Amino acid sequence: MDSSYREGGRPRLPVRAKIATMAGGTAARVSRMAGRDGSVIGGIVGLRLEPGLLSMLAQGRQVALVTGTNGKTTTTRLITAALGVLGQEVASNAFGANMEAGLTSALSRAPDATMAVLETDEKYIPAMIAATRPRVVVLLNLSRDQMDRAAEIWLLARRWREALASAPGCRVVANADDPLVAWAASGAREVTWVAAGQRWREDSWCCPNCGAHLRRDGDDWSCHECSNRRPPVSWVLADEVMIDPSGIARQIELALPGRANRSNAVVALAAADAFGVKVPSGLRALRTVTSVAGRYTQVRRRGTELRLLLAKNPAGWLEALDVLAPAPVPVLLAVNAQGPDGRDTSWLWDVDYRRLRDRTVLVGGERRIDLAVRLEADEVPFRLVNDLDEAITMAREPVIEVLANYTAFQQYRAVLGRTE
Amino acid sequence: MKTLRLVWIYPDLLSTYGDRGNALVLERRARLRGLPAEVTEVNSDQRVPADGDVYLIGGGEDVPQTLAARRLIADGGLREAVARGAVLFAVCAGYQVMGHEFGGSDGEPVAGLGLLDMHSARAEPRSVGEIVADVDPALGVPRLTGFENHQGHTKLGPQARPLSRTILGTGNGDGTEGAYQGRVVGTYLHGPALVRNPGLADLLLTWAAGELPPMPPESETLAARLRDERLAAVTPQP
Ligand SMILES: [Zn+2]
Repeated sequence: MDSSYREGGRPRLPVRAKIATMAGGTAARVSRMAGRDGSVIGGIVGLRLEPGLLSMLAQGRQVALVTGTNGKTTTTRLITAALGVLGQEVASNAFGANMEAGLTSALSRAPDATMAVLETDEKYIPAMIAATRPRVVVLLNLSRDQMDRAAEIWLLARRWREALASAPGCRVVANADDPLVAWAASGAREVTWVAAGQRWREDSWCCPNCGAHLRRDGDDWSCHECSNRRPPVSWVLADEVMIDPSGIARQIELALPGRANRSNAVVALAAADAFGVKVPSGLRALRTVTSVAGRYTQVRRRGTELRLLLAKNPAGWLEALDVLAPAPVPVLLAVNAQGPDGRDTSWLWDVDYRRLRDRTVLVGGERRIDLAVRLEADEVPFRLVNDLDEAITMAREPVIEVLANYTAFQQYRAVLGRTE
Repeated sequence: MKTLRLVWIYPDLLSTYGDRGNALVLERRARLRGLPAEVTEVNSDQRVPADGDVYLIGGGEDVPQTLAARRLIADGGLREAVARGAVLFAVCAGYQVMGHEFGGSDGEPVAGLGLLDMHSARAEPRSVGEIVADVDPALGVPRLTGFENHQGHTKLGPQARPLSRTILGTGNGDGTEGAYQGRVVGTYLHGPALVRNPGLADLLLTWAAGELPPMPPESETLAARLRDERLAAVTPQP
């Protein structure tokens, strides 16, 4: 064991790392005073002074890394909530700063936390496994996302697989229903398989191992040309009910809406189980989560209730459209194509909008004409709006569902006066 | 009236990002003119029918691209259809597959169908961004606007002609973009390339169905607005 290890606590940081952490903390405070969120700057400054800072900060802690195309932020929040029942401080990058600097900042801010739940960008999983030596890695799903800058997903699955195969002492919690995820996880030594469902299938019709068209039967899948098949699961989500490894079925009953969040919840409980959290108390903790970094929030404006949903890619939009209150509640769809969104709007054509034909659809965001042309092709009537207030005026309804991609969502939240 | 048969090849392998848009645009533009049209999706475990009118193939990653090329060569249906005079519109990875060869996942040459006289290879850096190009005047199609996202360069042989010359973006890598040969058209404009280029969609429909009746003018408004907006956003103003 490292000589700087303190009895019963976290290892002492080398002097240089201490200075790096302090400088990072100062930078974060200055940034916050200047009105920015400060969740990354601390890590950037700290890493500049000590490039090995993240692995030093992670040493002696039990770390869970959470990744996937969709649901990372929510699942990170849910696992953090579940671990809360153990009564110890948990470090987490709760607001989605999910690259090395964000992870470093999260650990710097919580020097005494013995556990950490860290949302991690899909591309950085191999490097972050090496740096943090996690006890648990959570793999949610893998699908197309911001293709103008993200890695290709078959390639990404292969990188995950290689990184997990060579990660010692790490338990992988993975969605068995997603063939790409299952293939990536099956190289790991210890895997907890969760039947978390797969709503979006456009990226996994073919076998990631050999390329043959997969056989599918409900959530089950298998390859007829190689031995790749859905692994046997120990945690199951079936509609509103979850079944744990002991076979006990429970209603999930989250405050968060939608199938995707129930799926995130079962995965979160499977991950928390690896830290010793019992299902009943963990599930009670999950039910207290009502909003995640501003998502699923309800905001009143000029007498109208706005329900905010964020989705960044076609799989996320598909899930979000499932969550909408039924017609005739109007929906405002907003799309931007700034850097964080991906500058290409082609993904709009991967989503089926026909189910919106029977309600008022308002279209906003900087790339609203791209979306309008898409809706026209699906024969969905719509009206263009310039901003939230115009949408409220036009809809004249007590509730509006708002679904936006990343920067469009942030813009609306800024208008609503919340910069959580 | 005969139903126009649109065949979308291997959406399970080559449909990275919005490729469905091209099938939807062709179907809509046919329907609005009173031409009945149907889209058939052919997965990689199915035979490619040889009796389609317009064939579509989309973009994808290296491994699926190589798999698709192998299967299409073994299947033979597409080659037969093109020999018969069917129209083919190939996008991005699908475009490269129509040449004699392209670069596989480790850069090694992989055999294509040879329906376009061209060779493609991997090239650094990746070309990502808006693309604008002027179409060969012989085709009578207005300026192309789209988005490219690929890591290949393509060299045309004497049988294939460049589809267009680039104003902005990389395209084939030598100042030209895309290729056509007979009724086979290929382009690096990825995903739903026909959405912003209804003129190109109509060229394909004309080849398949002859002279086209007009569309109701109001059905063209939004697409024209999108086209103008994108061209104005990326081309330097005079
Ligand atoms: Zn297989």
